[in-house]
Amino acid sequence: MKWYPKTSRPAIEKLSLSVPAGEVCVLVGPSGCGKTTAMRLVNRMIDLTSGSILIDGSDIATRDPADLRREIGYVIQQVGLFPHLSISHNITMVPRLLGWERKRVAARAEELLDLVGLPQEMAGRFPSQLSGGQRQRVGVARALAADPPLMLMDEPFGAIDPINRDRLQNEFLRLQSEMRKTVVFVTHDIDEAIKMGDRIAIMREGGELVQYDTPDQILAGPADEFVAQFVGADRGLKRLALTTLGEIELQAVHVVRDGDSVGPATWEGGNRVVFMDAAGRAVGELTPDRVSEGRVRAADAGALAHTVPTTATLRDALSQMMADSLRPLLVVDPAGQIAGSVSIDLINESLRRGRQGDAAERTTVAG
Amino acid sequence: MRAAPAGADPVIPSFGHTSSCVRNNGAFCWDWFQQNWSTVFEPALVQHIELTLIAVGIGFAIAFVLAVAAHRAHWLAAPVTFLGSLLYTIPSLAAFEILVSITGINWLTVEIALVSYTLLILFTNTLAGLSGVPPGVLDAAHGIGLRPRQLLVRIELPLALPAIIAGLRVAVVTIISLATVAAYIVPAGLGKPIFDAISSGGFNTKFIGAGVLCIALALVADALFAVLQRVLTPWAAARRAGAS
Repeated sequence: MKWYPKTSRPAIEKLSLSVPAGEVCVLVGPSGCGKTTAMRLVNRMIDLTSGSILIDGSDIATRDPADLRREIGYVIQQVGLFPHLSISHNITMVPRLLGWERKRVAARAEELLDLVGLPQEMAGRFPSQLSGGQRQRVGVARALAADPPLMLMDEPFGAIDPINRDRLQNEFLRLQSEMRKTVVFVTHDIDEAIKMGDRIAIMREGGELVQYDTPDQILAGPADEFVAQFVGADRGLKRLALTTLGEIELQAVHVVRDGDSVGPATWEGGNRVVFMDAAGRAVGELTPDRVSEGRVRAADAGALAHTVPTTATLRDALSQMMADSLRPLLVVDPAGQIAGSVSIDLINESLRRGRQGDAAERTTVAG
Repeated sequence: MRAAPAGADPVIPSFGHTSSCVRNNGAFCWDWFQQNWSTVFEPALVQHIELTLIAVGIGFAIAFVLAVAAHRAHWLAAPVTFLGSLLYTIPSLAAFEILVSITGINWLTVEIALVSYTLLILFTNTLAGLSGVPPGVLDAAHGIGLRPRQLLVRIELPLALPAIIAGLRVAVVTIISLATVAAYIVPAGLGKPIFDAISSGGFNTKFIGAGVLCIALALVADALFAVLQRVLTPWAAARRAGAS
């Protein structure tokens, strides 16, 4: 519990939460819900009134705050770079505090710039000479400098324009997929929470944890009216954005080449038939009304249905379908090969399957 | 060569050996200035610089310690500022006279008075510099594990440097001008030739020569601090360039 003196009720009354190692746990909720306070308790920027926080089984209250903080990455919305120090000095502050030798510090600075996608010539610049997006990259690099297993991030991309925010989010997810840090990520933006989180903790005033679950399960089954409202009426669409076409089982597509024979069996079961050229590219679609039997020629193929890449989300696919009177789409893998076909029924099916899974697995922690 | 014995300058320097400019007490006689540079002006200039450096040095040491203390214990700021303002508002001549009755006619008296004039500006600027560190920078510094002393030395003081140098700049220029009044108590500094010239009937060359040296000293000191600021805080220049 965290109770500030001279206030009528605690900022966080009772919060029990465990974050599995290597996962991104997003604390999300309206302002004043205590999410930032909860995060700051972890590196003792704020001390608990009562209760305990364990990292890897050991109680943080027994640790020296400065030593503890050097082992926990810290990224904040204002970035807070040191304006009088060069970028390379900024990002190596923690290694310097830890007393690394000069050579190792210099090597780490180069490594970190590469890691966050900044050119080496930035090393000697001052923070004021960088753009907002670049500064937050430096902020992330500074937090990663001593390779801490745990990272705290308080609305790290909140002050960055939407286009750069999207890029930084994607880059962080890419980094995270390699580094597998344990991350506590605070945001008030549910879309960011859904995108960044392996798990989302939805909080309400007084630090009350309303629901703690994976993004898919929260969208599929909000614990109560508050969560339902918070995730938005379009939560179905948001769920669609969590899954890419490459992750679901697509409908098979029958492929024919120049000179192949077709018969009534070819179209059985609503199969779609795609005409392929010698290079293996889909060039057109065959329909029974154009040629029902016999050998097929290129001239028989009609216009090809719209295609989507396997990396597109179900939401992207649905959106594209709606632009074309809900006709099924052909899905193309990164190599340009036809991976299958997706229809509105298939999207519906995969959503339903996900929801059935939820009912069995849902574990809601409230406190 | 001068006819009169050293230390007893005549009202109008002796006739016969001097130029017509000196005999007629012209506005400024370059020949007399040159002849007396090493005996009158140079020692006065050196003493003046000494007076200033000692006053600003001691004043800064006191103000710096007080500012760092007040930065930690905020309640200290108000009483120190009050005391500093009080000292600052006492007219300089009055201050010298009051002090003479306590510490006597000596350099100590002069320096105490001069130091007291530096305290307010140096304290206020240093404290403002220390408290002007952006909250995000402080939060990040704490959050990555800097201890209080490391925060002060590595972050707060370097960031306060522009304000501190600005304070020193004002203090030095102020003390250079005030130190001329100090010759009223102790015959030292550029005030001495000025007072001498006035009390001996107004020999223009001596009066103007010392006055111009005093102004030049102030301008040079001001320029030196401007250069110092640029050299010590390259990041501040980068920030100004980035902002425009």
